[in-house]
Amino acid sequence: MVRTYVLLVWTWTRAAAQYPLSFTLMTLGGMVLGGLDVAVIWVIFTNTTTLGGFGLSEVMFLYGAACLSFATADLLFGNVDRISQHIRAGTFDTMLIRPVSPFVQMATDRFVPYRAGRVVQGAVILAIALSHLDVPGDRVWMIPVMVLSGIVIFTAVWVLGSAVQFLLTDAPDLTNSLTSGGATLTQYPLSVYSADLVRGVTFVLPLAFVNWQPGLYVLGREDPSGLPYWLRFLSPAAAAAMALVAALAWRTGIRHYRSTGS
Amino acid sequence: MIEVDRLGRTFKVRGTVTHAVQDLSFGIEAGEFVGCLGPNGAGKSTTIKMLTGILAPTSGRLRVAGLDPSRRRTALAREIGVVFGQRTTLWWDLPLKDSFELVRLLYKVDRGVFRRRLDELCALLDIGDFLTTPVRQLSLGQRMQGDITAALLHDPPILILDEPTIGLDVVSKAGVRDFLRRLNAENGTTILLTTHDLGDIERLCRRVMLIDHGRLAFDGTVAGLRAIVPGEDSIEEVVTHLYLSSRRSPRTPPPRPAQDPPSVTA
Repeated sequence: MVRTYVLLVWTWTRAAAQYPLSFTLMTLGGMVLGGLDVAVIWVIFTNTTTLGGFGLSEVMFLYGAACLSFATADLLFGNVDRISQHIRAGTFDTMLIRPVSPFVQMATDRFVPYRAGRVVQGAVILAIALSHLDVPGDRVWMIPVMVLSGIVIFTAVWVLGSAVQFLLTDAPDLTNSLTSGGATLTQYPLSVYSADLVRGVTFVLPLAFVNWQPGLYVLGREDPSGLPYWLRFLSPAAAAAMALVAALAWRTGIRHYRSTGS
Repeated sequence: MIEVDRLGRTFKVRGTVTHAVQDLSFGIEAGEFVGCLGPNGAGKSTTIKMLTGILAPTSGRLRVAGLDPSRRRTALAREIGVVFGQRTTLWWDLPLKDSFELVRLLYKVDRGVFRRRLDELCALLDIGDFLTTPVRQLSLGQRMQGDITAALLHDPPILILDEPTIGLDVVSKAGVRDFLRRLNAENGTTILLTTHDLGDIERLCRRVMLIDHGRLAFDGTVAGLRAIVPGEDSIEEVVTHLYLSSRRSPRTPPPRPAQDPPSVTA
């Protein structure tokens, strides 16, 4: 499956590389948009010294980690949210008659590597933030764990949203609000939001485990909302649970797929 | 090769239940060439989608190459080639040969086998001239030739085609028919096609199935189909007769007789 994924990605990348100008412009466009996000945080800090009780480097750390997770998930699997287009155009039927899982086919369909620009951006911001922070050596291990868990959580949210589209063919905006909304939400320390929202993204849709809970551990900070200490180690468990739920929803969705006319 | 036993599929749209296919049973042996007729909305495409594993049936039993299609989709994919006349299975903005390369990757066909097979199909279907053209720029006839090639690159024992000659001019149509006939005769490929073109049926199929209101209305030879309406020679007239009489059949409620408009001046 991984091999097929890589081969398909490579074939689509070669196809995209036949239009070098659009390729370059799209990559630059992605970086500019990401730059604006960072500019917003910077503007906030020209007016204040803390955001939700966190300093600039700490906010950048949380932002960079979320950005890296989101951009990687988007690069690898973001195409999955085009499912309603595929259903309406009938191309999803075609994917079902191939001997490769439709998930892999959809993730790689028209794969464009320009989204890699935002992955680099996230990694750079995270690196800069870490160079300004004094993370104790015995806590560094949590950083790759949180980034990987974040990738899985974002992918699972996408797949969940896509599975819903099997039943409601016109709901890509729902998926978008979950994923892009989730990505924006996790860019800031969760302490700037209301307590109910924080509880919601901790226990319902576990976005708090993308960067917030494990981030508190890395930064060695108290949880401003006073949730238990052990929650900050639960990111991998939250990611696994989300992946399981998403996989089940996806399977159910395909079983209930109704195709289009003719 | 194909076993269908009391197959049914219902769709629920806002509380109304539609029986797209009901109580459909038939069998197709290896090496057969079967044509499937039926008016629009009769359940042909729904049946094809269940045979290919795209749709799960709501009742009945179904085996294609010994597999339950909707549960063993990926295993089944290696056993069948599928062509949709109404839409392409190729990638719209890729050149034909890149589409074939993607198909090769999806089916994990060995590079050497793939090249030999593509050369054979190129010669038979005469597609060598437009291999580097993006699919969106191909004519309908060329696209259909490309689609059939793509469906056969993994050398499946069963080929299922949903309206393969729709919209084709007479020359393209003859080319496709000729190719299918040879594929069936020389390669022994089992072929099931749906069509509205009675020429396809007369020229290709030894066996005809007529699906109407989701049920099997006729299953037999072309001669047998003709014999249904005595004294009628044209198969087109026979089929027209069958479609029209089924519309009046008691299975569907007959249209309400038009009532006199209420008189205003009464």
